[in-house]
Amino acid sequence: MLRFARWKVTSILAMSLVSIFLIVPSLLPADLRSAMQKALPKWVPTQAIVLGLDLQGGAHLLLEVDSGDVLRSQVNNLRDDVRRILREENARLTGGIGIQGRTVQFRVPEQADRNRALPKLRALSNPTGSALGVVSAPPYEINELADGLVQIVVTDAGVNERVRRAVDQTIEVLRRRVDALGTTEPNIQRQGADRVLVQVPGLQDTNRLKEILGTTAKLEFRMVADAGANPGDVDQLDQTDQPGKIPVEKRVMVEGEDLTDAQPGFDQRSGEPVVNFRFNIRGGQRFGEATSANVGRPFAIVLDNKVISAPRILSPITGGSGQISGRFTVEQANNLSILLRAGALPAKLSIVEERTVGPGLGQDSIEAGKRAAYVAGFLVFCYMLITYGVFGIFADLALAIHIVMIFAGLVLLQATLTLPGIAGIVLTIGMAVDSNVLIYERIREEARAGRSVVSALDAGFNRAFATIIDSQSTMFVAAVILYFLGSGPVRGFAVSLGLGILTTVVTAVTMTRMMIALWYRFGRPQKLPI
Amino acid sequence: MRTFRLAPDNMTFGFMRLRRVSYPFSALMSIISVLMFLAWGLNFGIDFAGGTLLEVRAKSGNADLTQLRGLGDRFALGEVEVQAFGGNADATVRIRLQPGGDAAQQAAVERVREAITADYEFRRIEVVGPRVSGELVQSGTLGVVLSIVSVLIYLWFRYEWQLAVAAVIATMHDLLLTVGFFAVTRLEFNITSIAAILTIVGLSLNETVVVLDRIREMMKKYKKLPIPQMIDLSINAVLSRTIMTSTTTLLALIALVLFGGHVIQSFSLAMMFGVIVATYSSIFICSPILIYLGVRDTTDKG
Repeated sequence: MLRFARWKVTSILAMSLVSIFLIVPSLLPADLRSAMQKALPKWVPTQAIVLGLDLQGGAHLLLEVDSGDVLRSQVNNLRDDVRRILREENARLTGGIGIQGRTVQFRVPEQADRNRALPKLRALSNPTGSALGVVSAPPYEINELADGLVQIVVTDAGVNERVRRAVDQTIEVLRRRVDALGTTEPNIQRQGADRVLVQVPGLQDTNRLKEILGTTAKLEFRMVADAGANPGDVDQLDQTDQPGKIPVEKRVMVEGEDLTDAQPGFDQRSGEPVVNFRFNIRGGQRFGEATSANVGRPFAIVLDNKVISAPRILSPITGGSGQISGRFTVEQANNLSILLRAGALPAKLSIVEERTVGPGLGQDSIEAGKRAAYVAGFLVFCYMLITYGVFGIFADLALAIHIVMIFAGLVLLQATLTLPGIAGIVLTIGMAVDSNVLIYERIREEARAGRSVVSALDAGFNRAFATIIDSQSTMFVAAVILYFLGSGPVRGFAVSLGLGILTTVVTAVTMTRMMIALWYRFGRPQKLPI
Repeated sequence: MRTFRLAPDNMTFGFMRLRRVSYPFSALMSIISVLMFLAWGLNFGIDFAGGTLLEVRAKSGNADLTQLRGLGDRFALGEVEVQAFGGNADATVRIRLQPGGDAAQQAAVERVREAITADYEFRRIEVVGPRVSGELVQSGTLGVVLSIVSVLIYLWFRYEWQLAVAAVIATMHDLLLTVGFFAVTRLEFNITSIAAILTIVGLSLNETVVVLDRIREMMKKYKKLPIPQMIDLSINAVLSRTIMTSTTTLLALIALVLFGGHVIQSFSLAMMFGVIVATYSSIFICSPILIYLGVRDTTDKG
């Protein structure tokens, strides 16, 4: 009891000091902290505690890539490929190329035609990524039926692969879009097979974020159809700024992917907000040719299947740049240029979960959490003091170090502190003293049984220890399960609870023991004060 | 300095006699819990039921609750629950899951936002779609089941079977009553409630383990003593610790309920209930079972 290895004393003191050192940066104002980061060498820890979105305010959006949409475009692409191959091989079709769900089917009556086309069609089915040594199942399955009927079915593996790539692409596009909003430290990551999690801390206008994230932004330049056009080649499209539909040719002159830049601006004559854009070489050429051939006719600027505007071509536009006007507000023009710069999403996105906390509520939650922690700390502090006297003070000191160590652990792990996390810390204020209580009650009991002071202290610590380990490990198991199952805020609770349990063993057992040993050595009391 | 004592030294209270009161009482409470759970169910929050929760603060004056309630009829959103809290300027508006999938949720939020954005500041918006809420139900259930299984495994290794059975029954008792607590109080049942329940399982086990450890120790020490007396002796020995720890934990939780803010209030309330039930069951439910299971027999042989 009385002997304490020097290394133990030193390491506990060192641990406490390091812990205090670790939480100092979190207590400093942000500008001072960043100044410190610049001035001090790299190994000095200057990170602050990471606050969860529920405390610092911000938006948490879970977006889902519409796999139906991905499949549809995959089947459409497949049909285009089939059409190209059949044309290249001069294979004669009877009827058209039909699409049914995930199947493309067509009829080539001549055996010779089929023999030429089928190997090329089979080549389409070579799994992608095999070059990297990844053996994946083929994306398509080709079935030859009676009477020259050929069916090409997109397999599950094919769909999954395409969805995976669509999610990758989506993440990239979303990152460009969110970066363009100028927010600090957004977190964008894949979640499960077809979802993307976007977390943007400290954002005021989440509505704008949702608009920017949820828009597909597929831009197309197409001709407005003449009255006499074949109805099969024409789409009737909605307009963004007025009711009624406009007939637009299905053929696309130039697409948004041929844009190299887009910037918001103002029209020189009317002064209304517009978006100025520039094409790449291919786009500029195509647009030049199309406008030269159609002077005097209107063309449509189509965004996500809605016509933004349909200006008349006054003269050929060959400079490779242009302007989109559509009775925009300044913000709309801003948003559109961000979307055009970042590129289109490969498939529709839907918001399946949204959790937004305003900065006001976040700040209130921090204040409330602090207040609860102070009150809880004060109550437990006094209670321990009146119950155990001098030993209560030792326990209280250990409790203070315990809380410092929890925060230091959070900084060290760069774990996120959430509101339930604060609740977890407050809860451990109540529970951390449990170990001390177990020990002290045991000491009282042993003293009552007639043991001397030293021997009661010794027996108290030794006998309580097994129970402490037992009871703390049950709580720890609960915390571990919570960590693996919970998300966001709940995970924060699990982390602070788990850390609290670990540090309590250090502080409540070893540290109090050390303090009591010192106290005994200096005072040599004949009677226990508890 | 005269220190303060919660339970007198050398207390010898006959806890085991009280099982004739505590068992019928707990049985009754458990039955009520099950009945209430079946009859009323739990008041699932949007995490599990899906839907939308808006927390708004009036920009000036008080929140107009009638106007907010009227939003449901105005936009055909079904029943809209409005609750004022804190100051009179604050309210939460809860909109049920809209038919028509995720897009319909967003559309409903958008309409409500536009209608009241001039008068209210939006402090919190939570929208949970039908699929996500289904997944959250799954992972929540899995969490509770997993924690119970791991408790069973832990007890299996740690104790003689009689003690393990007693601990399991006590833990189930606490779990059941906590669910009943949610059913009766209509407290919102959310992800954080699952966290509360899992923590209560941990706490309940914590209390039980402390009592059982002592019983085990006494079992070896006083082999001649009849079981009820031996258990009474053990409980009296740990009683002041049990009360002390429960009180400090309760003090911390009271601070959380009163000052921790409305966002985690239902969490804190459930935890408070859990601490009380866990303390009660470790003394009055867990230990008396050992009398019926005859814990003495196996240890004598061993």
